[in-house]
Amino acid sequence: MDLKLMQADPTAVERSAVDEVLGPPDGAWDGAVERTALDHRVARGGHRARDDRHLLLPALHALQGAAGWISRGGLNYVCERLSVPPAEAYGVATFYAMFSVEERPPTVVHGCDDLACRLADADHGLERLASKDVTVVPSPCLGLCERAPALLIQRAGDQGDSSVAPVTADTLEDFMRDGVWAATDAGIESAPQAADGRAARNQLRLLRRLGIADPTSIDDYRAHGGYEALRLALEHGPEWTLREVTDAKLLGRGGAAFPTGVKWKAVAEQPAHPHYFVCNADESEPGTFKDRVVMEQDPFAVVEALTIAGLTTGCEQAYIYIRGEYPLATERLTNAIEEARRHGFLGDDVMGHGAPFDVEIRRGAGAYICGEETALFNSLEGKRGEPRNKPPFPVQRGLFGKPTGINNVETLINVLEVVREGAQAYAEIGTPGSTGPRLFCLSGDVERPGVYEHEHGVTLREVIDAAGGVRGGRPLKAVLLGGAAGGFVGPDKLDVRLTFEDARAGGYTLGSGVVMLFDEGADLTDACLRIARFFRDESCGQCVPCRVGTVRQEEALHRLVQGRTLGSRADEFALLDDVAQVMRDASICGLGQTAASAVQSAIASLGVFGGDAI
Amino acid sequence: MNAVPLEPPRRLLSISVDGVEARVPEGATILDACRTQQVDTPTLCYADNLTPVNACRVCVVEVEGSRTLVPACSRQVEDGMVVATDTERVRRSRTLVMELLASSVEMNLASPDVHRWMADYEVRADRFGAPMPPLPAGARDAREPGHHHDPQDPTVAEGVAQPVKIDNELYVRDYSRCILCYKCVEACGVDAQNTFAIAVAGRGFDARISTEYSVGLDESACVYCGNCIGVCPTGALMFTSEHEMREAGTWDEQEQTVTNTICPYCGVGCELELHVQDNEIVKVTSPADHSVTNGHLCIKGRFGFAYVQARRDDDPTRRRKPTERGAS
Ligand SMILES: Cc1cc2nc3c(=O)[nH]c(=O)nc-3n(C[C@H](O)[C@H](O)[C@H](O)COP(=O)(O)O)c2cc1C
Ligand code: SF4
Ligand code: SF4
Ligand code: FES
Ligand code: FES
Repeated sequence: MDLKLMQADPTAVERSAVDEVLGPPDGAWDGAVERTALDHRVARGGHRARDDRHLLLPALHALQGAAGWISRGGLNYVCERLSVPPAEAYGVATFYAMFSVEERPPTVVHGCDDLACRLADADHGLERLASKDVTVVPSPCLGLCERAPALLIQRAGDQGDSSVAPVTADTLEDFMRDGVWAATDAGIESAPQAADGRAARNQLRLLRRLGIADPTSIDDYRAHGGYEALRLALEHGPEWTLREVTDAKLLGRGGAAFPTGVKWKAVAEQPAHPHYFVCNADESEPGTFKDRVVMEQDPFAVVEALTIAGLTTGCEQAYIYIRGEYPLATERLTNAIEEARRHGFLGDDVMGHGAPFDVEIRRGAGAYICGEETALFNSLEGKRGEPRNKPPFPVQRGLFGKPTGINNVETLINVLEVVREGAQAYAEIGTPGSTGPRLFCLSGDVERPGVYEHEHGVTLREVIDAAGGVRGGRPLKAVLLGGAAGGFVGPDKLDVRLTFEDARAGGYTLGSGVVMLFDEGADLTDACLRIARFFRDESCGQCVPCRVGTVRQEEALHRLVQGRTLGSRADEFALLDDVAQVMRDASICGLGQTAASAVQSAIASLGVFGGDAI
Repeated sequence: MNAVPLEPPRRLLSISVDGVEARVPEGATILDACRTQQVDTPTLCYADNLTPVNACRVCVVEVEGSRTLVPACSRQVEDGMVVATDTERVRRSRTLVMELLASSVEMNLASPDVHRWMADYEVRADRFGAPMPPLPAGARDAREPGHHHDPQDPTVAEGVAQPVKIDNELYVRDYSRCILCYKCVEACGVDAQNTFAIAVAGRGFDARISTEYSVGLDESACVYCGNCIGVCPTGALMFTSEHEMREAGTWDEQEQTVTNTICPYCGVGCELELHVQDNEIVKVTSPADHSVTNGHLCIKGRFGFAYVQARRDDDPTRRRKPTERGAS
């Protein structure tokens, strides 16, 4: 393939930012530098350059970070180095919300206007920040809901990104005066149980180390039980570990509740090599922040668990794909990986057992859909984050077309408990159909928002009570259970048991553990409109049911709100049902398949939009 | 001596389609099986000469044991598969897919097959209300992913209507007609041309076919092979000759004849179909099942007709800078 490039050159800053990621160009063989004398816009790429396509996203991050946008010259240089056609690279750059292909001010404030932040009355006047140096854009949930309202500052230059939560009129004033906004690390305040003192802490497994072990110190991690599980796994070997994980009946916590042992076995047995393992840390489901809190406060646990997963399934290389809007978690994990390497827990010879294994972090760039496993693979390969049709499944053909295991952060850290306690003991936690502990993300109108650990089988009421109940003791109107892809339940459903089997039977979902409270005064119509907008904005656009269906769904809701219905209200509900059905039945991936569920549940069981009148 | 077969014969798999048993070779898709049973299956993004992208979802069928419907065009048959294509659930999804498309895209120049399916499924394009007025040129190209664009009126059906892109003399791009079937991207890329001048950009409803930074084709990597025109099912990509005649109201397919010939420009032997109206070649295609071309041509076969008939004073194919594609 001859590659036709644009006529545009990078600035020195852009060039060096890209070189930092891709290494310096080493003469005529690297990438696309062999130019014809006739035309400086034609370049030939070697095999090596094309094999490096997976570095496209890191290279785009480098450009965006250095210049504050992706210019023609910058993109052209990346295309040349990686032998990617400019139209394709442009298609990738325009897929992600954190990238801009238009020049814009060096500081971008992403102000969350999603569900929890709306409940927190985020009317603090963010727009006042806009200036020649600052752009303000609305953002979907930033995964900081326990400290809503939240924002993310994305800065060009050396400063890097930082999260701010909660945002108050005072912090806003400070920023406008001083131009700086310290990154916020809420520490264990985000996990109130861990802050509760000894008694409560004894019951914690997944959150056991939070607030006790220094999340930046591998020595401290080891002093608190760290790397015991990996040692056990290496001593007993992969078959033993696989059996333990299988017997523990550990189900995936990323939403699909797939048995982890079955998945691992399928990867381990695939004849094709290499195998890859991926930690799915893209957490972007509105109302979800558990993975972030774990990664920020116990990052070594994630790395250790991923090492066990990888070595058990015959991998030498793993990736952590982390949400682009999580700067602190990224920093902590990066440090954990470096420390683990330095201490022989990663590298050519993990813990002296002769097996090589390493982990690399990849940042997403603002796309909820990239949490879907096959979209994530495409993103990691330097493509648009469009889901693939299944089959083939990831265990057969995943990342780079190779057998791939992928687990959610919470699933992985459960593995440490399985190995440490043994499958039998672990399986006794929770219920027979839903073993083990479970993290819940409490937010919205709740007294003490944060991540809570419970055992499967706990009731919704118990979960809410443990967080101090509804804020101010007010009456409860509804709970959003499982996230935007989940559904609303009314106050009459508080005694449901939170297990996979109860959820299936009762027609609700635990999803990513979201428990968002809406009190008496909350506006559920507004919440539904926000959810509809979320799916419209986050659809990848690949398949018709979701690309157009999410738009038609939002429009119908607006017509119901404004009383400008096409035909009767019943006609609009019938239209919504039809759209919901085609999205559920015919969409490629889970995004489209669940894009109507919360709205439908609000109409059917809570009578929002006057649905009960029909 | 026995001859050694070069390829082992393919295993036959059994499949039931709407209750009728059939046997198809391993590797066949459900669509293949439907076709052997003469079960008419609507398809939009599928083409025999392109890799399936299974994006439109109009071909969905029910497969026993599957929670969701399954795209017939790309799902391979498994032994013992039980498929239903004539259920209420399948009809509803197919109808909705076409209604969703027709409510957002101008479909009036879509292929006759598409019109037949839309009639068969009683598609009501107006179910979602009157469409929104066209957007100004470039508005959709400038949309940023994930940053919500408040529509002028959130209750009105959003569409993709916009002015036609005319930036060269050979063909036009009318993205008001684009159903985003990815066919042109595939034809421009690995499936035929290996030029990669166009790709999908943007996200969600704002996704669109675009060059880098939406520059004109004249500035892009496009080599004017016109293979994208050849695969476009909705008339979004069109010969300038056809576009101009349609604008002038003189395009008349009834009056056209199609003459098959072999392209005279080089020795490859590509088959051309010359569409002639009033003694003038108005467009050139190649049969998708032709063994040499698979329906794909190069600039000379596709647009060189202007040279043959000197329809215009100068030859548009000769205007291009010869250095851009090296030694072509
Ligand atoms: C639209 C969409 C978004 C998703 N986002 C995430 C995510 O952020 N994190 C995650 O772990 N799984 C996410 N998933 C689920 C993954 O596809 C996959 O099932 C999961 O990572 C498997 O891990 P598990 O078996 O440990 O649950 C998402 C799925 C869909 C359809
Ligand atoms: S369902 Fe939505 S997000 Fe998933 S592939 Fe289709 S368009 Fe993309
Ligand atoms: S321009 Fe035509 S071929 Fe290309 S995606 Fe649109 S409808 Fe399909
Ligand atoms: S951070 Fe705003 S809703 Fe989650
Ligand atoms: S024809 Fe099968 S998905 Fe488009």
